[in-house]
Amino acid sequence: MNLALFIPEITLLVIAAIVILLDLFIEQKRWLAQVSISGLVIAGGVTIAMWGGSYPAIFNNMLAVDNFAIFFKMLFLGIAFLVILSSTDYVSKFSKFQGEYYALVLLATLGMMLMAATTNLIAIYIALELTSISLYALVGFLKDKKSTEASLKYLLLGAVASAVLLYGMALIFGFTGKTQLGEIAQVIQSLPPMTLLASPGLLLGIVLLVAGFGFKIAAVPFQMWVPDVYEGAPTPITAYLSVASKAAGFAVILRVFFSAFGLPVWLSLNWGLIFAALAAISMTVGNIIAIPQANIKRMLGYSSIAQAGYLMVGLAAMGMASAENILGQSGVLFFLASYAFTNMGAFIAIIAISNKLNSDLIEDYSGMGKRAPLLALALTLCLISLIGMPPAAGFMAKFYIFNAAIQNGLLWLVIIAVINSVVSAYYYLRVVKVMWLGEAASAEKVPSSGALRLALLLCCIGVLLLGVIPGYAIRLAQLAANIFAY
Amino acid sequence: MIPHQMVWLIFLLPLFSFVIIAFVVRPLVRPESRIAGYITIAAIGGSLALSIWALFSVMAAPHHEIPVPDITWVVIEDGVTIHLGLIMDSLTAVMLIVVTVVSLMVQIYSQGYMHGDPGYHRYYAFMSLFTMSMLGLVLADNLVFMFVFWEMVGLCSYFLIGFWFHKPSAADAAKKAFIVTRLGDFGFLAGILLLYLNTGTFDIHELHELAITGVLAGTVLTWAAIGIFAGAVGKSAQFPLHVWLPDAMEGPTPVSALIHAATMVAAGVFLVARMFPLFQHSTEALTTVAIIGGITAIFAASMGLVMNDIKRVLAYSTISQLGYMMLGLGTGGVAIGIFHLFNHAFFKALLFLGAGSVNHATGTFDMRLMGGLRKYMPWTYVTFVIASLSIAGIWPLSGFWSKDEVVISAFASQPVLFYLAMITVFMTAFYMFRAVFMTFGGEYRGGAPDAHGHGGQESHHGQPHESPRVMTIPLIILAVLSIFSGLWNVTGHFGAFMGHGETHGFLEGLFHPFTLSLPWISLILAGLGILLAYAMYSKFWISAERVGGMFKPLHTLFYRKYWFDELYENIIVKNALFRGLFGGFEQFDNKAVDGAVNGVANGVIASGRAIRYAQTGQLQLYGLFMGIGILAIIFVIYFFG
Repeated sequence: MNLALFIPEITLLVIAAIVILLDLFIEQKRWLAQVSISGLVIAGGVTIAMWGGSYPAIFNNMLAVDNFAIFFKMLFLGIAFLVILSSTDYVSKFSKFQGEYYALVLLATLGMMLMAATTNLIAIYIALELTSISLYALVGFLKDKKSTEASLKYLLLGAVASAVLLYGMALIFGFTGKTQLGEIAQVIQSLPPMTLLASPGLLLGIVLLVAGFGFKIAAVPFQMWVPDVYEGAPTPITAYLSVASKAAGFAVILRVFFSAFGLPVWLSLNWGLIFAALAAISMTVGNIIAIPQANIKRMLGYSSIAQAGYLMVGLAAMGMASAENILGQSGVLFFLASYAFTNMGAFIAIIAISNKLNSDLIEDYSGMGKRAPLLALALTLCLISLIGMPPAAGFMAKFYIFNAAIQNGLLWLVIIAVINSVVSAYYYLRVVKVMWLGEAASAEKVPSSGALRLALLLCCIGVLLLGVIPGYAIRLAQLAANIFAY
Repeated sequence: MIPHQMVWLIFLLPLFSFVIIAFVVRPLVRPESRIAGYITIAAIGGSLALSIWALFSVMAAPHHEIPVPDITWVVIEDGVTIHLGLIMDSLTAVMLIVVTVVSLMVQIYSQGYMHGDPGYHRYYAFMSLFTMSMLGLVLADNLVFMFVFWEMVGLCSYFLIGFWFHKPSAADAAKKAFIVTRLGDFGFLAGILLLYLNTGTFDIHELHELAITGVLAGTVLTWAAIGIFAGAVGKSAQFPLHVWLPDAMEGPTPVSALIHAATMVAAGVFLVARMFPLFQHSTEALTTVAIIGGITAIFAASMGLVMNDIKRVLAYSTISQLGYMMLGLGTGGVAIGIFHLFNHAFFKALLFLGAGSVNHATGTFDMRLMGGLRKYMPWTYVTFVIASLSIAGIWPLSGFWSKDEVVISAFASQPVLFYLAMITVFMTAFYMFRAVFMTFGGEYRGGAPDAHGHGGQESHHGQPHESPRVMTIPLIILAVLSIFSGLWNVTGHFGAFMGHGETHGFLEGLFHPFTLSLPWISLILAGLGILLAYAMYSKFWISAERVGGMFKPLHTLFYRKYWFDELYENIIVKNALFRGLFGGFEQFDNKAVDGAVNGVANGVIASGRAIRYAQTGQLQLYGLFMGIGILAIIFVIYFFG
């Protein structure tokens, strides 16, 4: 086994430990952020260097080192980088536990990187728990009423979801006798053709896996935790949850459902249908409930449910796809990348604004276009991207994923998705309208730190690049998704 | 022959000016400076020069088309690529002239109208961006690229309608315009997807070929064409999505002139013309275009009869004229519809700029407060009357020629719509001259009581006065165009340029209409309309109140705009959607799902009672939902798997 392939993960672990220890000794807490960032940069550099190589799986075939895993690792490291940059202002207000904050972010990132790489049910569960437990603690970090409520709710519901997931895994193991995804696939493919209903064990196992992962990606009806947790958590953590945690969930779903249940066709058609149904209901419920929200974090919470719905259109396309058609998979990857820039950008702008206002109410954003034109412009760009309007990344992402769905015979789902996009314009644009056309409550400017502005700038550049010249990112997504070709 | 780099430059020039104004001028230069206006004027002037070059090149080119090489934009997989490419044919060349001429006039005029407005730089930044998007829209050679610009003009329109955002009415109008047009855009997008699904291409030329050769036919073609037409209905404010345009008059008047009279609203007509081979091969779709156009023409004109706000009269007039264009497309073809678009752009932009000039002097748009301005504002008066005669269709002004063609082609294929169009001719002449007499005739009635014409405008007490030269010169140029632009087709050359029709001598063409009966009828109807307006609003031989009283139900119906706003806003949006659907969902989410937990945090902080809360129902409730979800998935598989 080649431990060199595990360097990015080891780096994060070591740096997390160093950050906690440093916190005990140093007075200048801002160094903690810089140490964390340096760890992310090192891990990111090593990860990028591994891109394109063909390496054997490590740890007894538990962790794959393929382009798919590397794509997601880069994504998670990038998101963590942005989260830490945008947290510095926020965290400096804490009287203690600043070190723990950064360390937990790093550990959650580590967990997600493992989630994207594991090819074994048990390892998946462990990676998922590492991520989740770090996030439970981060959600409650503010220790006020809302934050505590959010953390507790997330913990309890997360525990239920974990139990459901574990039960599903146990059923799959019972049915096939294997935990390695590739071996599960072999057992299933050796079965005679049949319907899923004829084997209730497999059926229930798959459905429970969908439910367990559905919790992670916030798909309806497993989304109940989202609004309260998003509202209560520290805003950088909300951003982290909405982007990285969701992406990690999709990484696992892509790998499990493709590696273990990708063939035979009767099976993949069934789970394709499940995701199609969940996609339709998630988009619709998310968008409809987002409309009357008055709190922008809650609104983006429901919006993220809807976005998970659009993403699941890609999963459905993957389930329905014939051989060699990897548009669904690569579409999900591209969508996740563009969603990461977009939603991070939106939340970073919100962090800056709410630092000043101490409020997350949309009506308090009135006149932001005057008070903070650049922040308002960036937020507008991100919201336009969330609607899916050109020239922002969101348009390309939706176009790509809907194209994949249409090619695989899911026209009805795309029609629902397009109607949903039209509906969603209403609540996103309400924020734009309030910011640019509303009366400013005061003429005070909104200050923001250099780190935060840098993070926001990077997000906006990402949104525009992926929207205007998406070719390169699409190529990356296709190379990463290539491991899923039959 | 124009090099293809220059064709790209046509729409890139305003983009440069947008970038310079937004990122250099606006942050660095004081708002009193006029530099942003000069940059915009220079850029659009450059585009105009290039457009004229392009027009002559296209006229000289074989088949009236210049090939422009593509640039590959996105490769999604082998076979699915999106090219960026431009079309440079006769339709595009004509549209380029319309957009750049009107835009240039409006930008020059705005130097006077918007001077001193605190949002001066922002105004020119958006005007540049709009012009860029509009030029891109007419140049685009595939539907995706076109849709991108289609949305961008909508977005610019949104920001410019809401330009004076301190007025709540402006902010609401901006939102309304955006949402209503997006309803139509949904149809457009569905049409694009349907075409792509059946042909695998977004390329407009290829789609034309497929429609002409009959590969693309039947119900698919019809539904795709109707979807595309839905987009046009939204953008061009056709019935029943017309409700946004009158409200859009809340924007600055030059914006109304450029976007909501001459160019963006005409984009719907352009879209139908651009995709015309598809409509041509689907009788149902083409008939739909004609019927919607005919209905819109008379429907909007009827509301224009009773409005007291001069801009609203013009707004309904625009909707009505756009209806004519659709009717022309639906019954006669591209040349007839686009010829009316071409002429209408100049005289309608002139009318709006004239209304802006009047507002500049009086501080109001309410015609009941104007009157007598003929003496004070001779240039505005003369140009306004020329434009009114043109729109009323008086020989030999431009409106006569194009409207005449629309009416003749309607007579040939859709007799019912022909009668509607004839009644509309009468109404048009009446409402335009009602506006002329109320605004310019009689004695001055004092202007705005608390003069707050538009943002940043100081009050105007005492005598109104003529606008500065920077505003009147664009009026005069547009007036000249309103007189002569129609002569292009007197010889049949416009029709020939657009691909069909014969050419003949100038004098023969000029007097040819008098040998037919239809032009006589429409001229007489227009004359009667003007006469009636003269009798009611200039000489007061007939009391307008008495007439209004006689037709009280009709008057109320027109004045309340057939209650369409009430229907859409109160009944559908407020009650059905907000109170019913969204409210219901939210209640469910908050009460049933969240309600039980909201005490939890207090509990944790106080004494750790939280676990007890969790044990008394909370967790079970969530578990129950998850379980229901799982069961539902199994049901889905059972029934559909």
